[in-house]
Amino acid sequence: MEILFALIIGSLTASGVFLVLRARTFPVVVGLTLLSYGVNLFLFASGRLATGAQPIIGSTETYTDPLPQALVLTAIVIGFAMTAFVVVLALRSQADTEDDHVNGKIEATPPVDTEEHAEDAR
Amino acid sequence: MTLALVVLLPFLGAIVAPLFAQAGRTAIAIASSLPPIVALAALYPHWSTLAAGGVLVQTHEWLPAIGLSLSFRLDGLSLLFALLILVIGVLIILYARYYLKKHENVGKFYSLLLLFMGSMLGIVLSSNLLLMLIFWELTSVVSFLLISFWNYKQDARRGARMALAVTGGGGLALLAGVLLLGQIVGSYELDDVLAAADTIKASSLYPVALTLVLLGAFTKSAQFPFHFWLPHAMQAPTPVSAYLHSATMVKAGIFLMARLYPALAGTELWFYMVSFTGMATLLIGAYTALFKHDLKGLLAHSTVSHLGLITLLFGMGTKLAAIAAVFHVINHATFKASLFMAAGIIDHETGTRDMRRINGLWQFMPHTATLAMVAAASMAGVPLLNGFLSKEMFFAESLNLNLPGIWAYLPPVVATLAGVFAVAYSARFIHDVFFNGKPVDLPIYPPHEPPRYMKIPVEILVFACVMVGVFPTFAIGPLLYAAAEATLAGPVPEYHLTIVHGFNLPLLMSFLAFFLGLLMYTQRQRFFDFHARFREIDEKAVFEAAVSRVVEWARRFIEVLENGSLQRYVLLLLLATLAVTIVPITSLGFNVGSLGISPIDLPTTVGSLILIGCALGAAAMHRERLYALILLSVVGLMVALTFARFSAPDLAMTQLSVEVVTIVLLMLALYYLPSWTPREASLFRRWRDAIIALVAGSGMFLITLAMLTRPLDSISRYFLENSVEGGGGSNVVNVILVDFRGFDTLGEITVLAIAALGIYAMLRETKLTAPPTDGQGHPWSTDAHPTILKQISRPLLPLALMVSAFIFLRGHNMPGGGFIAGLITAVAIILQYIASGMTWSHQRMPFNLQTPVALGLFIATATGLASFAFGYPFLTSTFSHIHWPVVGDFELASAMAFDIGVYLTVVGATLMILASLGRLTNQSEVKPGAY
Repeated sequence: MEILFALIIGSLTASGVFLVLRARTFPVVVGLTLLSYGVNLFLFASGRLATGAQPIIGSTETYTDPLPQALVLTAIVIGFAMTAFVVVLALRSQADTEDDHVNGKIEATPPVDTEEHAEDAR
Repeated sequence: MTLALVVLLPFLGAIVAPLFAQAGRTAIAIASSLPPIVALAALYPHWSTLAAGGVLVQTHEWLPAIGLSLSFRLDGLSLLFALLILVIGVLIILYARYYLKKHENVGKFYSLLLLFMGSMLGIVLSSNLLLMLIFWELTSVVSFLLISFWNYKQDARRGARMALAVTGGGGLALLAGVLLLGQIVGSYELDDVLAAADTIKASSLYPVALTLVLLGAFTKSAQFPFHFWLPHAMQAPTPVSAYLHSATMVKAGIFLMARLYPALAGTELWFYMVSFTGMATLLIGAYTALFKHDLKGLLAHSTVSHLGLITLLFGMGTKLAAIAAVFHVINHATFKASLFMAAGIIDHETGTRDMRRINGLWQFMPHTATLAMVAAASMAGVPLLNGFLSKEMFFAESLNLNLPGIWAYLPPVVATLAGVFAVAYSARFIHDVFFNGKPVDLPIYPPHEPPRYMKIPVEILVFACVMVGVFPTFAIGPLLYAAAEATLAGPVPEYHLTIVHGFNLPLLMSFLAFFLGLLMYTQRQRFFDFHARFREIDEKAVFEAAVSRVVEWARRFIEVLENGSLQRYVLLLLLATLAVTIVPITSLGFNVGSLGISPIDLPTTVGSLILIGCALGAAAMHRERLYALILLSVVGLMVALTFARFSAPDLAMTQLSVEVVTIVLLMLALYYLPSWTPREASLFRRWRDAIIALVAGSGMFLITLAMLTRPLDSISRYFLENSVEGGGGSNVVNVILVDFRGFDTLGEITVLAIAALGIYAMLRETKLTAPPTDGQGHPWSTDAHPTILKQISRPLLPLALMVSAFIFLRGHNMPGGGFIAGLITAVAIILQYIASGMTWSHQRMPFNLQTPVALGLFIATATGLASFAFGYPFLTSTFSHIHWPVVGDFELASAMAFDIGVYLTVVGATLMILASLGRLTNQSEVKPGAY
């Protein structure tokens, strides 16, 4: 189980990092979201994995660690706020520069293969 | 107490004195002279103790944790320096009254002068090394302000900057050195440090500590190769030069060497470092002084040379040499202060300091000329003047150094040579200025004697020179003895303060220096020609060039690092993280801890594989943005299920509702953004990013695995045990949020509110045009609000609100609470937005969205503040159980009110975020039937 869980976090991180390094705002936002999932799961995992041990007094015999859960709960909500903020920044940048490049300016080099993509899309 | 007061007085004076600036120069000079005079009076009663070899230490605790205390110490050495600082300080104050012009900012001048005086007193009276450092830095800063007093002059600003850079840099070295000393000794108190001399010298850190401390002393005392700042500090007003370069600033380094002499001196390392530095400084200063045409320049280089002499004496390491050094400190302070003042008078009365123009002043100001000539003779070491006595002692000690072989000749030869130059430049000061024909083209002609009182300080100092020179034992004997005793921290060897010790080698050296010096002066034109062959180095230009070079490097470095590309920053951040973590992670390896691996079950495996697949898919298909978004939503749902699977029902519910809001938000954003990403990155770049991603992912995999398989030692036992009793709820996660760590939660909802407001503000004025098609040529649907969705969503709203109320109320005991309930409410309202449109929804909402955010934050904060009313700390909670009919036993906790605040903030903030974006669609509403 632990290996599987570690793989989940690993793949979320890898996908997130790859997307964060992209040049356009939308993939970066998606990447940040994936990264925050990974980070939340990691923080959560610091309380170790337990089955049927929810930290609600009286409901079970043993309880898992409630502290990481409390931390992650607020982290999820704040993570949403931050994602929203970045998205809006991206939109604002789109509105101001008419472009969605993360560097906020149009790169001097033209896109490599837009035509190919246009064909793909059809 | 007295000693602290003595140090404090000038600082108080610095505040009060400027108030007298309006009343004229005389008033402010009198006001400024009061603090040093009172300080002198306060020191006087202690003289009898000190003369008997006593030491006065007064300690007040300040920051015991770091070994810093307000402790002051008065012994012979600190008294000697304190007297120099105070007495010469008073004379400078009087002198400056006539030197400064009426329109100049006298308030600032006297205030800074007193500040400087206080800082210097702090250095010499501190008994705690850290405290001394504070004053040390203060002198650097204040001297910067004093040197740049005429800050409209570029040279003054540059000279001040150079002095600050050199002495400030030395101060940093000294800080490190003092910290090391404190490490070795275990205390910063001077008594402990001096008592631990053997421990210090035996320590392996001794060479480093010594080097650092000496760097501090050498930079401050303008020792070679740091001597270049001193001549450029001559841009200061002359009273400042007279004060800083005779009795104070540059003597701070000398004082430090004397103060730590018992603790640091006596080793070979000390001998070589200090004596050779001193020797080099002595020669270079004396040689350069001869070739300066500027009066103050000559004096400045001569000061450098004399500081080298004192340093050399300390470096020799013998007790008699140390006594001679202390003696020369006094003598140099007196004759150099009077010479600077005389130079200031000449400058004042002739309008120039160029010795090629100032000639024959004897006819115009015989009184001043006499005074200056006596002082200059003392500088040259003429018998019956104080300079002669210490110079004789110096010559004698230079002969007593037991250096091996031919090296034994080096110190006496250097000493004599320096003596020759000293006589030559002193002769130039006397002959060139006061005789040597007629003045050439003076800006102020004819020059005449200065105001009567301007000469008084000079007279007093010159009188002291003669007194010490003729009756040394009477004039200075007891004070010198006390100072020597304190410097050596032990028995003082026998020494004689007599004018002539009989005809011996030192006397011969003196005569030799005298005649060769005069000869050199008569032949000076040849030396000038010789010297003119070398290109003059302007240290200021060199220094400025070095500074601008460093600035240029920094600018270029920043340009490379910060080129405005966010992509580059992200890459650098990631690479830096990887660089820091890669070694520990690889050495960790595939590490399974003592808990081992638990067995897996089929549903979890399938769920995990879906999660992994979708996460990787989202990255692989990121160019098809809609697909990536759909995959992302699957990932979010699977993360929620993961929480549920591993005993975190609260997290599962939060994640689920946040997921809905996030996806709606991203869908809205995608409406304005291109729906696919062009392929811009090169193959190399894609591979590079993929490899970075792979490394990062593997690293996280390994860390997580290692963490999960190790036993946990958590602080949560406290929360589990006290949740019901102390917080009145059985859902520990919720109790932590609203009770145990309520302050954190308050901070977090504040962040949420700020983010929402930021988004609102950012989009308020933005005009975005929606693309006419979905990016693939398909027009948008003309039916903005499908009827079926509209009809189903409306009855859902009260149901959803009821659910959220239920979730909220049970939150303290069962999974739920303000965060989750707030998100559910928000989702329910967002559904109305989607189904029926913003306008329709807002018409039915009797408030704007800022209200619940503000109200929520207010309620949460007020709940916390209410605790104060009952005398408890912020956010202390209380609870009781009440019985409701039908519902049953119901618990009412003050935390509930806090949770209402959380609920309202979450609802308001979430809706505000979505609505700000949604409003954009309203502006750019696509007309139905346009396509």
